[in-house]
Amino acid sequence: MAHHTLTGTYTEEQDELRKVVRSFLSKHSTEADVRDLMATTRGYDPAQWRRMGAELGLQGLAVPEEYGGAGYGYVELGIVFEETGRALLCAPYLATVALAAEALLRSGDEAARKDLLPGIAAGETVATLAFTEDGGSWDERGVAAHARRTATGWAVTGAKNYVPDGHTADLLLVAARTDAGLSLFAVEAGAPGLVRTPLETLDQTRKQARLDLDAVPARLIGAEGAAWPVIERSLAAAAVLLAAEQLGGASRAMELAVEYAKIRVQYGRAIGSFQGIKHLCADMLVEVESARSAVCDALWALEADAPDLPVAAALALAYCSDTYTRVAGDCVQVHGGIGFTWEHPAHLYLKRAKSSEVLLGTAASHRERLAVRLGL
Amino acid sequence: MELDFGPEAEGFRAEVRDWLDGHLVGEFAEHRGVGGPTDAEAWEVRLAWDRELAAGGWLGISWPKEYGGRGLGLLEEIVFNYEYARAAAPYRATCSALDLLGPMLVAMGSEAQKRRFLPRILDVSELWGQGFSEPGAGSDLASVRTRAERDGEDWVINGQKVWTTMGHVADWLYVLVRTDPDSQRHKGLSMLLVPTDQPGVEVRTIRNLAGQDEFAEVFLTDARTRADLVVGEVGQGWRTAMGTLGIERGATLLPQQLTFEREAEALLAAARAKAEAGQLDPELRARVVQAWTSVRIMRTTNLRTIGELLAGRDPGPQSHIAKLYASTGHVRLGHLASELAGPAGQITGSGYALDTRQRTFLLSLAETIYGGASQVQRNIIGEQVLGLPREPRP
Repeated sequence: MAHHTLTGTYTEEQDELRKVVRSFLSKHSTEADVRDLMATTRGYDPAQWRRMGAELGLQGLAVPEEYGGAGYGYVELGIVFEETGRALLCAPYLATVALAAEALLRSGDEAARKDLLPGIAAGETVATLAFTEDGGSWDERGVAAHARRTATGWAVTGAKNYVPDGHTADLLLVAARTDAGLSLFAVEAGAPGLVRTPLETLDQTRKQARLDLDAVPARLIGAEGAAWPVIERSLAAAAVLLAAEQLGGASRAMELAVEYAKIRVQYGRAIGSFQGIKHLCADMLVEVESARSAVCDALWALEADAPDLPVAAALALAYCSDTYTRVAGDCVQVHGGIGFTWEHPAHLYLKRAKSSEVLLGTAASHRERLAVRLGL
Repeated sequence: MELDFGPEAEGFRAEVRDWLDGHLVGEFAEHRGVGGPTDAEAWEVRLAWDRELAAGGWLGISWPKEYGGRGLGLLEEIVFNYEYARAAAPYRATCSALDLLGPMLVAMGSEAQKRRFLPRILDVSELWGQGFSEPGAGSDLASVRTRAERDGEDWVINGQKVWTTMGHVADWLYVLVRTDPDSQRHKGLSMLLVPTDQPGVEVRTIRNLAGQDEFAEVFLTDARTRADLVVGEVGQGWRTAMGTLGIERGATLLPQQLTFEREAEALLAAARAKAEAGQLDPELRARVVQAWTSVRIMRTTNLRTIGELLAGRDPGPQSHIAKLYASTGHVRLGHLASELAGPAGQITGSGYALDTRQRTFLLSLAETIYGGASQVQRNIIGEQVLGLPREPRP
């Protein structure tokens, strides 16, 4: 029975990877760690970030070996994102791996890949993609920032907003317009003319920043004017990985609710024995397992670079956004009074769910894309 | 996500395709896509089609050769079902015996029972009905009250069964009865094989909401069957029944799935036509996207279960949510198809002749009830998968 290949059926190696990552996060991303880090402006622990890169190779897991990575596939990377979602990891992992590394990999710029990816893969570089502006749109038309040629290269001017980990990233990939159209530029953290302002966020476990750029020196990545197709493809990849992270969070929130329903006694019975709670929990499992299917499907499409990747990605992100928000809300409900306290972790999942829901475009906007792709 | 059955199955797959191409013709081809597990439409044609399949050796693919099967494995069973559904061949009239009774006899029947009954299921010379439900025992089968007592070399059976699919054409029934009169709940039940051709068996058809004679109520008044026609052990009928309901869940998922996909494509085509005419309002448009999404998710969920089964592993929790998700999603699909059709969708052919969409919509409402109502499914998921405590019983 060795010859059929189906995604969703993990190999022993993949099960082992999950175990290793879960074990690492259970030591280094405990609830206490999350609460400590979310209270800081930086939002992550640089020493832990380096360990993730050096000891586990998590930042470079799916980066090809020629750029310093381990060359694994997206199914493996999906497992890691699911686990970071479960643990509410406070680290610029999504920004660096799902947004920046994907954009670089798909840019067609071999020199930039050789220069910039090894640092990311080694866990030395924190990177992000600065695309959205004050409108928060992930559409090509939402970019007003512009770039002009200088004697030594390029200079970018404009304002970027809601940039994940934008205040701590060493490397910023900035989308800006030139006469030729939308283009992608690499900007270094210490570049002159760059002002980075950390934002106070509802979800404190994932940091965001505003960037003001005034003729900031930049390096063109890929061909001038050709960035939108690159960014669109890398955003599809990022959407799938964010969906995997949401799946992890939703499945952990469900587990918290179920564990509590087994021990909390009201009216002389464990509340999980009441059908009102039992059916709520059953529906949570239905949603989580369906979300898992959406993620499996999308990871397969990503791995195979299938023509319908945009469909699978939009479907997965829209579905997992709804699922995570619903399950995290139900988790608060099952916990009763303790669920809406600061002390209990339920609100951390709820807030992460809400921030993830809009991070790469709303669920409604992804369903809209799906509608267009389906010819409606 | 796509199924890759691997090189060893490709030859078999080609054989299935060739046969279907050559035989799914004429009247059979006209009945492509017809029928469902509770659907009596085109019964005679579908029965003839089952006999055509039997003659081709396509029934009981994974059943042992000595009882008329092909002796192949789960992989071949799945490949066949996949190709069968892809070809939109008519729903098999004898599915109850093929999907439930047959595997139960293979697993738990006596040697004599296997030799006597399995070949006649496979050549479609005897038709079977399932006698599980009762007026007081629908989703709660442990409440079965039909009783059987030993009288010499016979069992004597008294009680009433209901919702017996195609019971009015069945030659035999497999019946869950209480053989220990003092027993409670799931203890003291037995599984009996009972011939319908006797004075003690009275069958009355029940018409379903689509206007079809789909199932029957069966009155058993001193009905008799031989003592050795108990499947499994006396008093262990619950185990036998549950084994039956759980058997082969992977292999039967794909046909249903491909039916849903065809319906979703038809829905999409209707919605596109409306969109082109500028008549698709935004709410309906969003619901079409969500319905299409749920069908694609069901597909992956099923593939995950089949993948685990083929890998020889216990299917994960997703196998327990599939029924609930599929049946509720199908009802939504049915409502949506009906709304998209507008007033024209409310007009039937003469004599209450329904089109596919109308029949699907009406019959989908049965799917959240039969095989365990949605509320019972949620209890099962809560208790057996999530490990939540049982509701206290008085």
